[in-house]
Amino acid sequence: MTPMVDLAFLLVTFFMLTTKFRPDEPVIVDMPSSISEKILPENVMMITVDSIGRVFYNIEGQETRRGLLTALGKKYNVPFTEEEAHRFALLSTIGLPVLNLKQYLDADEHGRKEMNKLTKGIPIDSLNNQLADWIAFGRIAAAETAAKKNHDKDQLRFAIRGDGGATYTTIKRVVEIFQERKINRFNLITNLEANPNPGPSG
Amino acid sequence: MSEVQSDQQDSGKGKHKKVRAKKSSTHIDMTPMVDLAFLLLTFFMLTTTFSKPKTMEINMPVKPDKPEVELKINNAVTVLLGDKNRIFWYYGEFKPDETQLEETDFSAKGIRKVLLDKNSYANDKIRELEKKLLKGQLADSTFKKERVEIQGEKQSLFVLIKTDDKAKYKNVIDVLDECNITNVGKYALVDMMAKEYELMQQKFVK
Repeated sequence: MTPMVDLAFLLVTFFMLTTKFRPDEPVIVDMPSSISEKILPENVMMITVDSIGRVFYNIEGQETRRGLLTALGKKYNVPFTEEEAHRFALLSTIGLPVLNLKQYLDADEHGRKEMNKLTKGIPIDSLNNQLADWIAFGRIAAAETAAKKNHDKDQLRFAIRGDGGATYTTIKRVVEIFQERKINRFNLITNLEANPNPGPSG
Repeated sequence: MSEVQSDQQDSGKGKHKKVRAKKSSTHIDMTPMVDLAFLLLTFFMLTTTFSKPKTMEINMPVKPDKPEVELKINNAVTVLLGDKNRIFWYYGEFKPDETQLEETDFSAKGIRKVLLDKNSYANDKIRELEKKLLKGQLADSTFKKERVEIQGEKQSLFVLIKTDDKAKYKNVIDVLDECNITNVGKYALVDMMAKEYELMQQKFVK
């Protein structure tokens, strides 16, 4: 029995170390599928667009998120407390106007879920283009974090996770906002589907 | 545990014998531990998300500062996407009164066949390359490099993807995907011209 137990423990250790718990996503997104086999790189800024065109934002790294929140708070005159910054750092995808952000961070989990259902996402229209700020500040914060850690190689990537049912106009608007910031390379996140002509060309 | 203790008691009784490292059985009942191990194993196996999301990389053209120059379209298919998952296409340059839109669909016999036919130049060449690769005459990296070169050649197809306001994101991804499947290396997402939009609307009325 010993070898089997050894193996079992080995596997347990392996899974324990490799597991990364998936954070609770506020929206369900049904991504379209493609034959692309490229794996999403690390260190991404992810814009999620759900089926009714609401825009959500996510960026990795706790320190980066703190930097982002501070910058947003300054611009929109919403002072965030240390407690709120901590909560924000631990959350994942968020889609609210900055003015509602404080209320969102102060709410409990149930309250947040309710707000996620009701939210209209981050405003992207040209009069109140908050997404542009999220992108700009997120980028600066990520660069600062990278500079601290000397991770120059880990360049920030930009990913768009769109629901298949969203109109392309919304996605186009998000791409436009990126392009206004001179960001021209994107990762469109898709599900994998089988290549109809398998072979070396795959 | 209980076995170990009972072993000690046994050795206490037999003191008159020579005390030697007795071959006491060190077997512990491992079953609960193993149960636990497997429980954890199952838990972690089921919660792990191995498949990292897949992505499709796309480079958008840099927005020029100057107003755009009309580009000459020779070998191009323009794909128009509209409401209700409908898809139209035409070949070559847009001529206001001559161009006719053809409707197709997203199945293998639809848009894929169109693109395969129109891109036969690149596809034939790449098929030959693949044969060489399978025979081992080509290195994998060379194959990839040459494939990109073929796709970039003048005779290879260029695909323009245009959408109206109601087109779904899924359809755009589908067309991009078909481009990848049919070895189209040059494709672009561009705005629709007013004339094209009118033509497409006529199809919707019918």
